[in-house]
Amino acid sequence: MNYLIIGNSAAAVGAVEAIRKKDKKGGITILSKEPYLAYSRPLITEFLADLVTEKGMSYRAEDFYKDNQVSLKLGVSAKSIDAKKKVVAASDKKEYSYDKLLISTGGSPIVPPMKGLNKKGIFTLLTLDESKEIKKNLKGAKRVVVIGGGLIGMKAAEGLHEAGIKVTVVELADRILSRILDEKGSSIFESYLKDKGMDIITSDSVVEITGAKKATGVKLKSKKKIVCDMVIMAIGVRPNLDVIKGSGIGTKQGIIVDNRMQTNMADIYAAGDVTQADDMLSGEKRVNAIWPLAFKQGRIAGTNMAGGTKIYEGGFAQNSLSVLGLSTISMGIVDASSKNGYEVITGSGKGKYSYKKFVFDKDTIVGGIFVEDIDRSGIITGLVKERYKVKDNKERFLSEKFGLINLDKTWRDSKLTKPV
Amino acid sequence: MKRVYPKEDACINCKLCEVACLVEHSETKDIFKAYRDVPRTLSKALVEEDGPNSISIQCRHCTDAPCIDACITGAMQRQDDESPVIVDREKCVGCWMCIMACPYGAIQMDVRKKDKHKVSSKCDLCPGRTMPACVEICPNRALFFEDRG
Repeated sequence: MNYLIIGNSAAAVGAVEAIRKKDKKGGITILSKEPYLAYSRPLITEFLADLVTEKGMSYRAEDFYKDNQVSLKLGVSAKSIDAKKKVVAASDKKEYSYDKLLISTGGSPIVPPMKGLNKKGIFTLLTLDESKEIKKNLKGAKRVVVIGGGLIGMKAAEGLHEAGIKVTVVELADRILSRILDEKGSSIFESYLKDKGMDIITSDSVVEITGAKKATGVKLKSKKKIVCDMVIMAIGVRPNLDVIKGSGIGTKQGIIVDNRMQTNMADIYAAGDVTQADDMLSGEKRVNAIWPLAFKQGRIAGTNMAGGTKIYEGGFAQNSLSVLGLSTISMGIVDASSKNGYEVITGSGKGKYSYKKFVFDKDTIVGGIFVEDIDRSGIITGLVKERYKVKDNKERFLSEKFGLINLDKTWRDSKLTKPV
Repeated sequence: MKRVYPKEDACINCKLCEVACLVEHSETKDIFKAYRDVPRTLSKALVEEDGPNSISIQCRHCTDAPCIDACITGAMQRQDDESPVIVDREKCVGCWMCIMACPYGAIQMDVRKKDKHKVSSKCDLCPGRTMPACVEICPNRALFFEDRG
């Protein structure tokens, strides 16, 4: 058996580990566009501020590839897939054949159209190389504009702030972190970060990057102008579908996969940020570009590629974020209120910025937000995954000592008295 | 593999499991010194209570452990399916993805103010011991260390 994996991040590593559990002998080849062993992508913003070393970012031990007998092709990107001949053409002018193929090409940064994009000093931030490039150009820089106040934007802003740069975040929506928090949560973060000296502009957008050859400022839709030495685009990512063009592999926003992580083509699987897979809460197929699901999907794809049967029961949004010392964990449906038909319980814990929210669809818990006091928040992730029903006394979820003991005894026994 | 299983009806909320865990994971393993350590070692067992009911919760060492899926650095690992899930404190950066993922709330934040080092803290089934400290000390046989398949 000959396995070929395009991409070399969380999903690829998950797949390699799963394949090797079932198949010790088959050949595994990885085509990695980036010239690095798998690294922790979420840490590229910490790397920017020298909070972590390049070595400290490695996702697996150095001999991971050797131990798992993986032929790793660094700096080689896949160009096209011929599903009939079962070969992938690559940038090194070679053709790689496969019996089972995994596409885990991840995402590409979204760059919206605006004037002045051709200047120097404008960066996207998704790879270690981009982080290195920004770091190099930071010398002498005093002010940076970050476009996008989502997860990547706020982590980039944090990294730059830690590196001593004055940061202005420009967000199109009326609040930052709007995909992982509700209004209250967003406003807690906004005022916390403004207190720390970060400039945050919401309900506005950059229409032009100004400067002669190099970016020296931005013009906003509101006509406001901001002087800066660098612009970072952190609007988000979209599935990187370049390689599958013309292959016949089915896509919408991402590569459509079934619950075995297989595409519409036999022997071709996909996993990670490039996929549009089952979403548990909406019942639709969605792109849920988060690390835990990428690894899990890779693990499931790998198992099935190696002849096993593992079913992906669907994912949902889950995020853990800390910015300049304030942490939040949220899961499932968070931007909900009685207006859109949900029952919502909110409260706070001990901390100054503490905020908790639990979202119920009738009796079923479907989401939660924890700000500052994030202890044991995973219990809610587990309950959302299980569609746990709460009949009465939903307020108990707000209790500081809330735990498994406050849940149904039969449920608890089923979890704690046998292997899970 | 052998795992720790609580027996809720037998738990008397004495919290000795927490004490034994803390001491076992402290540097000195001495009960008097361990409680004076700064920063103090965290217990990886947690006794939950609700009125007259109580139960000792620790890592379930899940078959498909969500904390391993979620870990962005590879710090959360297990050697094979029969081994405990262990966090490598050198690799951990305290991103708390494992706390987000753990359905049992069995992972704690260990934030050392002194050196700003943030790491996850969890049950390791007491390497080097034949019986985990929490199970051994439990005075009412409310914790078992068994292979239940």
